[in-house]
Amino acid sequence: MNRLEPLRSAIEEVLDKVDGVVALRNVSGHVAPHLFKDREELDELAVSPKYPLPGTLHLIQTAHPEAQLAIVCRGCEERGLIELAKRNQVNLDNVTIIGLACTAEEAEECRCAKPYPSVLVDSHVGERTEPVADRLAEGLRQKDVAERLEFWRKQFDRCIKCYGCRNACPQCFCPECTLEEGLWVDKGEVPPAYPTFHLIRAMHTAGKCVGCRECELACPANIPLTTLYAVIREEVKDLFGYEPGVDLEDRPPLVLTMEVES
Amino acid sequence: MEYRNVMTTCPYCGTGCALYLQVLDGKVVGTLPVKGHPVSQGSLCIKGWNAHGFVHHPDRLTKPLIKENGDFREANWDEVYDLIAAKFSALREDPGPDSIAVLSSAKCTNEENYLLQKFTRAVLGTNNVDHCARL
Repeated sequence: MNRLEPLRSAIEEVLDKVDGVVALRNVSGHVAPHLFKDREELDELAVSPKYPLPGTLHLIQTAHPEAQLAIVCRGCEERGLIELAKRNQVNLDNVTIIGLACTAEEAEECRCAKPYPSVLVDSHVGERTEPVADRLAEGLRQKDVAERLEFWRKQFDRCIKCYGCRNACPQCFCPECTLEEGLWVDKGEVPPAYPTFHLIRAMHTAGKCVGCRECELACPANIPLTTLYAVIREEVKDLFGYEPGVDLEDRPPLVLTMEVES
Repeated sequence: MEYRNVMTTCPYCGTGCALYLQVLDGKVVGTLPVKGHPVSQGSLCIKGWNAHGFVHHPDRLTKPLIKENGDFREANWDEVYDLIAAKFSALREDPGPDSIAVLSSAKCTNEENYLLQKFTRAVLGTNNVDHCARL
């Protein structure tokens, strides 16, 4: 089904009420995030390939905290906004959310557990499709620790330490990053030390990774990072009953004081 | 308030990865890979991811400098070009054209690099020309 026309109509409806709409723009066949302000620009509106639009919103809002903005959100992007809002990185009071459901093919490609937005959306484009299981993650959860470590050692052996996974991640907003500190990560060492480099990142995104797959898409070595974080997401759910990106009111376990049973 | 992405080619080597420069209110603030690009396929290396870093960097030279008595002083372009032309002309005469070598840059376009090798061979009269992007 064509999502472009309904999406254009949904954006036109809010365009006059906000200062700009964060969405994708296609210029000569190349798609990138853009801040739409004029109706004429909407001729170049695009729906895919997806980019981390919550990161774009964060960038614009940081420079213009008072701006009234709208954003086109897929399921993963909505989950990302929820986690960013909990950590005071975006102010959702000033944001109108236009939901966009992913197609079944897109959901399959991303191994997405919830390929549509449903929590924050003010309007919705496209039809909901079925969740897709991450079969690689399910397989890994059946293996023992030694087998898992060996699997990931082989994957991370290909890492060229481009920091693309961190750079592409909308949830990685720290001005100072542990992965750039000599105390934890030796400079000039490629591939980086296993498993510290990748597990530092994995632990730092635990409880906020929403499985948007931007890290995996940015990885020049095709390391299945989304699967690593999906396995950790399951662990966090089992241990703490916390799922990132589901509820604005749920507090992430890493920011709570641990209650010890006496 | 203005935000847009400008597509360009990574300046750091000869591979030709595509990247977007994120422009916020007229300032280059970040880099994004270009998804679906035939060369880089949505990925970048660590240099490409930081391609925006030098654009507004405070250490970046914005005026030509001339070194006199061991120290640099700011100059204008006319003065600098006169000095360069005079020095090149003198060196070409004595000790000769092969005393000069030219190293071009990956930050230039193909056309600028073509012009520089043409200048090196046809004007300076030497084949001593190379390029930092010849990885």
